Amino acid sequence: MDAFDSALMAARAQFAITISFHIVLAALSIGLANFLMVLEGLWLWRGQKIYLDVYLYWLKIFALNVAVGTASGLILEYQFGLNWSRLSTQAGDVLGPLMFYEVLAAFFLEAGFLGIMLFGMKKVGPRLHFFATCAVAMGSLISAFWILSANSWMQTPAGYSIGTDGRFMAEDWWAIIFNPSFPYRLAHMTLAAFLGTATLVAGISAWQLLRQPQNPRARLQFSMALWMIVVLAPLQIVVGDLHGQHSLKVQPLKVAAIEGSWTRPPDGAGEPLRVFAIPDMTERRNHWELAIPRVGSLYLRHDLTGTIAALDEFPPENTPPVPIVFFAFRFMVGLGLLMVGQGLTSLVLRWRHRVFTVLWMLRGCVLMAPAGFLAMLCGWVVTEVGRQPFTVYGLLRTADSLSSVSRQQVIGATWTILVFYLLIFGIGLWVLLRILREPPRNDEAGPQPTLADETGQS
Amino acid sequence: MDTDWIVLLSAGALAFSVMNYVLLDGTDLGVGVLMGLTRCGKERRAMAVTILPIWDANETWLVLGGGGLLALFPLAYAILLPALYLPFILMFLALILRAVALEFRDYAPGNRIKRVVDGLLLCGSVLAGGTQGIVLGTLVQGVPNHGGQYRGDGAEWLNLFPLFCGAVLVVGYTWFGACWLYWRTVGELHLRSSLQAKILAAVTVVLLIVLVAWTATLDTRYAQRLSDRLVWMPAMTLLVALLVGFALGFRSRRHFLPLFCALGVFILAFVLMIAALFPMIVPPQLTLQAAASSPKSQMFMLVGFAVLIPVTLIYNTYGFSVFSGKVRVNRD
Repeated sequence: MDAFDSALMAARAQFAITISFHIVLAALSIGLANFLMVLEGLWLWRGQKIYLDVYLYWLKIFALNVAVGTASGLILEYQFGLNWSRLSTQAGDVLGPLMFYEVLAAFFLEAGFLGIMLFGMKKVGPRLHFFATCAVAMGSLISAFWILSANSWMQTPAGYSIGTDGRFMAEDWWAIIFNPSFPYRLAHMTLAAFLGTATLVAGISAWQLLRQPQNPRARLQFSMALWMIVVLAPLQIVVGDLHGQHSLKVQPLKVAAIEGSWTRPPDGAGEPLRVFAIPDMTERRNHWELAIPRVGSLYLRHDLTGTIAALDEFPPENTPPVPIVFFAFRFMVGLGLLMVGQGLTSLVLRWRHRVFTVLWMLRGCVLMAPAGFLAMLCGWVVTEVGRQPFTVYGLLRTADSLSSVSRQQVIGATWTILVFYLLIFGIGLWVLLRILREPPRNDEAGPQPTLADETGQS
Repeated sequence: MDTDWIVLLSAGALAFSVMNYVLLDGTDLGVGVLMGLTRCGKERRAMAVTILPIWDANETWLVLGGGGLLALFPLAYAILLPALYLPFILMFLALILRAVALEFRDYAPGNRIKRVVDGLLLCGSVLAGGTQGIVLGTLVQGVPNHGGQYRGDGAEWLNLFPLFCGAVLVVGYTWFGACWLYWRTVGELHLRSSLQAKILAAVTVVLLIVLVAWTATLDTRYAQRLSDRLVWMPAMTLLVALLVGFALGFRSRRHFLPLFCALGVFILAFVLMIAALFPMIVPPQLTLQAAASSPKSQMFMLVGFAVLIPVTLIYNTYGFSVFSGKVRVNRD
């Protein structure tokens, strides 16, 4: 049992490592592709060269990011077989097609027009080039659609039947694709990708403004990113609340873990907001609990007395690792509130015409640069650890999903991947930061500026 | 057990994806190998420029192969990947290394570091090509399985046959790379690539013939299939025709001819492999029919495949044609 457990943990760690790196790169691709689409659209519409300069600058970053993103995504397409072959046998009929359509409808669109978007401006002219940019941006969003549909199906399975051999069989594709939790997850994740990109662009622009306060291009991108935060951060909280309300209906156990609620409060007392606690899985209670009474009812039930099902109302063998879910959720919400604050501060400073010059705001934005993506990763921890111990929620246990690969191989591979990723992506990040240190110039060149002239007709 | 037509179409779709990957990204990997072996910085940049706008799209076929195998033949996917655990993981790490090396090389401070980066590109390309050959070799050799799960010791791929397949694929990819560079470059690099392509052609063809003969000794069913006159006679005729085309291609003004003939040789080898295996998907006993997902799932995907793949091919070809023609670089 011990040996089996550690193979299971190593396999889960491997998935967590590969997907965490990939999801940040993929979300940044989604965010940047759409940012670039807006920039190029503004350039074509208004004809001001500043938009083109900022466009070409971020295109360089996009080129590096998207290539590594594709390569890091490859392994995920195969993770389901490498480590989770029983899940693949059981649910391949349903999950496979969703992932297949992601490649067909999204990845090819993205990759097919990527070359033109990156290097082809001089070759095809601005209008066709803008079309290529739009195709890449659409491709990135379509890929989010399909992969989140697959993920959501595992959280809230629908539209299937169970065959004589115990395998999930697809019955109704519409019900599978638009399974109950999918719309919430899609909205929440797409906003997270945009918001993460926005705090990153704002942070980098602030860093550049600290060095070159007058640079108009750094100011433009800083301003655009802050507007995004102003609009998206509060919107994300609304969408997150809807997502939470829905989870309360379909995955009440996950919400109980989020709240750290081991037993239901007495009638009329309402659900408290536990600001801090150390959930204890063996004693099944919290230590060091610091709670505000009734506030939990306010955001969970939108009243002052409502309660939710507590952890002790479910079979104990189905309890997810409560401390991880509990803390990840608080990190996510805390960062979300900070982003709302960042947006409000920017509004006040803008009103006083000081948004580009106040040093503490610039420094604060630099600190907030990774906030969006950190919050996104915390959110994924909440939803993925929160649905443990199941892969297909309520139907297939994680422990029953594993491949028959030897423990040494899984553990060795997981460590190798971790060290390799830290090294490679560490170097990549270092190079990116060196490029980002210099703000966009007047007459920005873009990626491989000579390539268009170097390839030609015979 | 008979194989019904939906399963046959699904197998065709999957084979098409895998073959496209081998042909397209195989060429990129071959260029990566040759880049690492080239001393002149300007030439290395010319090689990089030929593949930079297209490699990402080429690699997407591998994602389609993975998604397709899971979706169309989930049982085969669930058996093959655990059996080839380490080769697959090494392949993905190698492909990441390659992607980073290729995209970041221009930001390398100084020529010596750039040379090191191109050395990493070489390592990544050889490792990726080699592990892909090992995967195909292990598949042909047979994977012990029972009840839809892998039942081996995780080391079948360490046999001589899969390792030989790995070597063949690396040499073959390098051959593609040399033919590609003959097509897309000028001057000294163009001339040297022509010489390399001719030498690699001889080596690859000898290796492939050994490979086919070796395959026939692995399993009596393979031997029966491959020694069938309806199989080997057309195959040999086509091989000779392709090799003649390859040789004559160097005299033509159409510089793409040698590459197309080289790709043709590998299509032929791929078809022979499928002919030997059919109707199995994972030897020694798992058939396409038994590994297939439900007809409902397969139909759902085949419709998408039939509609979207032609469109994909059209815009990929357009994307390729935008950057076609000879590459002439002016800097390192």
